[in-house]
Amino acid sequence: MDISKKIATRQSYGEKLAELGEKEKKIVVLDADLSEATKTNIFAKKFPERFFDMGIAEQDMMATAAGMASCGNIPFVSTFAVFAAGRAYDQIRNSIAYPKLNVKICATHAGITVGEDGATHQMLEDISLMRTLPNMLVLSPSDDTQTKWMIEAISKLEGPTYVRLARLGTPILYKEEQEFEIGKGIQIGDGIDATIIATGVTVAEAIMAKEELENQGIHIRIVDMHTIKPIDKEIIIRCAKETKKIITVEDHSIIGGLGSSVCEVLAENYPCKVTKLGIKDTFGKSGKAEELMKYYGIEKEAIITAIKT
Amino acid sequence: MYIEDIKKISKEIRKNIIEAVYHAQSGHPGGSLSCADILAVLYFKEMHIKKDEPTLPERDRFVLSKGHATPALYGTLAEYGFFPKEELKSFRKIDSFLQGHPDKNKVPGVDMTTGSLGQGLSVANGMAMMGKLNRKDYRVYCLVGDGEIEEGQIWEATMTSAHYKLDNLCLIVDNNELQIDGKVENVMNVNPIGEKLKSFGFEVIEIDGHNYQEITQAFEKARNIKGKPTAIVAHTIKGKGIYFMENQVAWHGKAPNEEQYKIAMEELK
Repeated sequence: MDISKKIATRQSYGEKLAELGEKEKKIVVLDADLSEATKTNIFAKKFPERFFDMGIAEQDMMATAAGMASCGNIPFVSTFAVFAAGRAYDQIRNSIAYPKLNVKICATHAGITVGEDGATHQMLEDISLMRTLPNMLVLSPSDDTQTKWMIEAISKLEGPTYVRLARLGTPILYKEEQEFEIGKGIQIGDGIDATIIATGVTVAEAIMAKEELENQGIHIRIVDMHTIKPIDKEIIIRCAKETKKIITVEDHSIIGGLGSSVCEVLAENYPCKVTKLGIKDTFGKSGKAEELMKYYGIEKEAIITAIKT
Repeated sequence: MYIEDIKKISKEIRKNIIEAVYHAQSGHPGGSLSCADILAVLYFKEMHIKKDEPTLPERDRFVLSKGHATPALYGTLAEYGFFPKEELKSFRKIDSFLQGHPDKNKVPGVDMTTGSLGQGLSVANGMAMMGKLNRKDYRVYCLVGDGEIEEGQIWEATMTSAHYKLDNLCLIVDNNELQIDGKVENVMNVNPIGEKLKSFGFEVIEIDGHNYQEITQAFEKARNIKGKPTAIVAHTIKGKGIYFMENQVAWHGKAPNEEQYKIAMEELK
């Protein structure tokens, strides 16, 4: 893990998208007046004829993208997660997921790590909403390397996709040669005292917790669950069997998110206790991202406490 | 000659509507009958399509935004030859490909899956925008109901149509003046529709939506308007063609019983 340089996954997305635009001419990009924040402005500058600002009208934007996909183009649609998965849910459900249209919804500013904007802009339900939709691939990358791989991978896959991206800069966790596969969680370490299943911005926190615990003689492992749906059942069941504790951690509600996904797998296959760290059925609030992670108990210290108790 | 042909075709489409709804004992005859003449002209005169190649990239496209008018759409597609007319009797049944609302992945000739109102114009815009980007000269048609335009997304979409100067797009409003809870003007007044669309940047053509000459000429005119989208506000009668269904809101989403079915089919002879 390289903590010297922090990059937000929205930035990695924007850069990769602009790069992909060169070789894949079918890519078109839509944004709802947030291209500077979602980083689709990098693509917009390079390929203005393939960038469509739809104004502050997310519902129209989603359904427009559906029409574009029906013509064989590959629309990448971006706005904040709360306006994508929340405001335009019905458009995603009926015009994208049900007709299985090849729309890539890349939603930024997910979770409480949005920070100062507060509850109205902190999307804590998007994993829950998106994974309940049939046909929808749900992804949540944890760092720059993984995000760039993921954006290229989904540009070659046919079908509706939701990618959950963050505003907050996080450390680079993976080297370029790291191999990734959609639907396969990444195991980091092989300690048997506990498994931390994390996703998105919380993976770096879990790695920091792991390093600190090593010094105290507690050996854990981490699963970076970058694919929320279809969830990697095999790795969840195996880690539950091999380790003493299962803890999930996410910048999302504990209802319907990663923790719930893990519980669903274990309840049916290997019943055991699961501790879910996440936002506990409450709305967020204003503050600095790091302060909020502490406040809601989804950072390093909270993970360490959960392992020790 | 043409008018006589199209008249015959729309009568067949009306029969198909009644057959489908009667056999399903479910569905929406009122708003299907109101747009039957428009669909007849669209599919049998205006649009460039091939029944053997329903997904041809160069084809003209039609989005039925008021998705509940499936009997009219399926009735037209079957009449055109996309699938056998006999299949209409399976409409809305458990093993049928003819879902209650249009499904593009199940029915040949259906260009977009619709049903949740207010979304079709956005989809049609997306198709028209890609027509321009991909340098294909197809046209895109979208039919909305007058009650449907109470949905806010329609007005987001009209802004998009005008902003991106989609002169390859033609919006048709099936202005039958009725919605489930009563008269559109009493439920939530959308009037004046034409003036609103005009102020949103559309070229507006108002027609009698049951006059084949006027429908045909409106599409011709729309084709020649450059630099902006066209909206045809078609004044129609809900339930048109079956006297006991005409202007009766009760026939929005109700199937005829055996006796009513016989009377309706007799009227369409």
